[in-house]
Amino acid sequence: MTIDILLQTLASGVLIGLIYALVAIGLTMIFGVMDIVNFAHGEFLMLGMYASFWMYALFALDPLFTLPLTVLALFAFGVLLYKTIIRRIIDAPMLSQIFTTFGLMFLLRGLAQFFWKPDFRSVENSVVTGTVKLFGLQLGRPQLVAGLGAVLVTAIIYFFLTRTKLGAALEATAADKEAARLMGIDSHKMFALAWGIAAACAGAAGALLSTFFPIFPEVGATFILLAFVVVNLGGFGSVTGAFIAGILIGVIEVMGGLLLGPQYKLAVVLALFLAVLMFRPQGLMGKA
Amino acid sequence: MKILMKSRAQQIGVVALLLALLAPLLLDSPSHLNLAILVLMAAQLGVAWNLLGGYAGQVSLGHAAFYGLGAYCSTLLLLNFGVNPWLGMLAGGALAAMASFAFGWSCFRLKGHYFAMATIAVAELLQIVFTNWEYAGSAVGVSIPFGQDSWAAMMFSGKKPFYCLALGLLLLTLAATWGIERSHLGYYFRAIKDEPDAARSLGINISRYKQIALSISAFFTAMGGSLYAQKELYIDPGSVLSTALSIKMALVSILGGVGTLLGPVVGAVVLTVIDELSRSLFGGTGRGTDTIIYAALIIAVAVFYPNGLVGWWRERRRVAAAKSKGAAQ
Amino acid sequence: MSLLEIHALTMRFDGLVANQEISFTLDAAKIVGLIGPNGAGKTTAFNCVAGHYRPSSGRILLNGQTISGLPPEACALAGIGRTFQIARTFTSMTACENVLTGALLRHKRVNVARERALHWLRFVQLDAFADKPAGSMTISEQRRLAVARALATEPKLLLMDEVMAGLNPSEVREMVAVVLRIRDSGIACLIVEHVLEGIMPIADKIVVLDRGLKIAEGTPAQVAADTLVISAYLWYA
Repeated sequence: MTIDILLQTLASGVLIGLIYALVAIGLTMIFGVMDIVNFAHGEFLMLGMYASFWMYALFALDPLFTLPLTVLALFAFGVLLYKTIIRRIIDAPMLSQIFTTFGLMFLLRGLAQFFWKPDFRSVENSVVTGTVKLFGLQLGRPQLVAGLGAVLVTAIIYFFLTRTKLGAALEATAADKEAARLMGIDSHKMFALAWGIAAACAGAAGALLSTFFPIFPEVGATFILLAFVVVNLGGFGSVTGAFIAGILIGVIEVMGGLLLGPQYKLAVVLALFLAVLMFRPQGLMGKA
Repeated sequence: MKILMKSRAQQIGVVALLLALLAPLLLDSPSHLNLAILVLMAAQLGVAWNLLGGYAGQVSLGHAAFYGLGAYCSTLLLLNFGVNPWLGMLAGGALAAMASFAFGWSCFRLKGHYFAMATIAVAELLQIVFTNWEYAGSAVGVSIPFGQDSWAAMMFSGKKPFYCLALGLLLLTLAATWGIERSHLGYYFRAIKDEPDAARSLGINISRYKQIALSISAFFTAMGGSLYAQKELYIDPGSVLSTALSIKMALVSILGGVGTLLGPVVGAVVLTVIDELSRSLFGGTGRGTDTIIYAALIIAVAVFYPNGLVGWWRERRRVAAAKSKGAAQ
Repeated sequence: MSLLEIHALTMRFDGLVANQEISFTLDAAKIVGLIGPNGAGKTTAFNCVAGHYRPSSGRILLNGQTISGLPPEACALAGIGRTFQIARTFTSMTACENVLTGALLRHKRVNVARERALHWLRFVQLDAFADKPAGSMTISEQRRLAVARALATEPKLLLMDEVMAGLNPSEVREMVAVVLRIRDSGIACLIVEHVLEGIMPIADKIVVLDRGLKIAEGTPAQVAADTLVISAYLWYA
């Protein structure tokens, strides 16, 4: 194994890791704000991919241009999901919460399969295709753009959470719901906002992925497990943690594949997951 | 028996249940009989899951790991060492119970969601291991060649003997749960589920009792796996170690009512019927309609009937009893 | 040798010293009240005795045997019973089943445990509620239920954490009667309490904590007259 291959692998790991981070940010936000684990999170990504695909297939609009639309659509969808279903299980026993989001996962996958058939789709002629040579490494242009896009969106979210009043209100609700309520912050509005943002992030990730990743109803499954691992490693509730952990997991995944073979990529990640759960359940930066 | 015969309605119910249990033996349609067997097997797995998830309150979404261990253990023992499946079934159960120790020791410290996720990870990891393990057939799986009809070898060409086996295993698992429910274990499990800190203050070692619940649950789940292997005569990672299977085991209890003896049985009946109905009505088109119905059902139960059908039924009876008491006054 | 001996108990949480060098003793069949303003460290000391925390330093002995650092279930086995500020009854069970679960510590057979449970329910005068779901009882009743449940473990020492908080005067009287009956049956009681009218008249000894330190120890009369105690309470009044 040469340095070239190592660096190549590292680079691709970082790029895909940035996408994982973006997906995980939404997941960790929902958990941080309302203590619910959203098993249906992968489906937001899937819907983002399909939204991008259909706008491309029907109107010949490149996913990168329709990204803002996709984000808005998914935001609205996340809020809708909260208002119709999730708000009913805020105080329900954990079993109910787990199964509601699990049910949503199946429901969204089933609906996607019903309306759009299980065939694999792809965006053939995106604006970003081919490879680009950077620092002597051969990187796929869509992957590079996706990675950079992920950084951009993450930065926007971070800025929102730390520099705006609304973001501060969200963080306050995450820290102490009751105290925030006493200060006039409406928990339900914050929860809806969190779901909207989470869906939007995952949708953005989906839009970015659609330029090079196959699109099919079950695509969320691959990413949800990884997103969990990222959230766990980064620390439940921590956006910064999710970002760092996402990159780490991306790198570890591809490195594991390089060293042990591609069929063990997921196994390496899962083993890490269990190790973190056992020895440092609060992750790198979490609130436990 | 006194407990069972509390009222006329209950007496009728028990008789009806017995008839219902034995009726399928009178059927000749293999597909109907197969459906009944599926119900019994789903119920048995649900009852086994319920011990840990319903009574002790530890939600496992990776129980297929034990199912698969049981299936592979008895099958590989049979094929490579000629071990009789009856023994193999027990061996599989023992293996699963032992494996559950490793699992419990490392994961019982985890609370709620974290524990559930750990169970998913373990089962997925196990599936990957078996998918890449040549000795166990890798992704292709393992087949059991059919010899001849024999109770000693647990091999039958017809369905009726399997119906009896499935029924027997279900009754065994129910009996174990019933016994546990009434023993100190039952109280300790419920205490752990309700208020773990208070339980500790009463001298209950939480980890030890969670482990007991897990080991027994794993044991019975594994036996179900062995039964499946003997019935289908073919197993592969996708059919005995998948997360979808784990979810079904949990769902059966949740649908019927966690922490109740017969809840998983009720849930199994409803779930299997819906499964088969939607599959036969819609499934053929490959459009995922059965998944949609399944999913809508899960959401409806989780949101509106968290105590499952049995819980809903008991609530209705309690309300009705209170109303009639009020009216009498 | 006293039943309970606390030697220089210190409990630190990440830089916050909740208990600092607390020492006192408790004799069998005596009632000791642990009082002090909010944040004095009473519940922390409690949790150390009950095994929920491992003391940062110091020792706790029960009948000469070191119990500091043992987990709660081992402390229960050694003879320490406790109640919590929130009753934490097992809501999926009836009152009798709650107490039964406690009795199972010493009597693993369910029939025997049930007998004992009924005995303890009578002791706290809740026998009428035996088959009622624990969740349907009032706060005061659930508190007494929790006491019965702890008593069922046959403790030598019963720790009660603010059992009288939020009770009306007649409920306080009921609880006081229960505590006296416990003491009279030979069980020592260590009671954390804010409701001074409840604890001062019945305690054999009072220990006062303030901001992690023990500032007074003596009979209720001595403590009530102690200027340090008065100023501690006035400061927070």
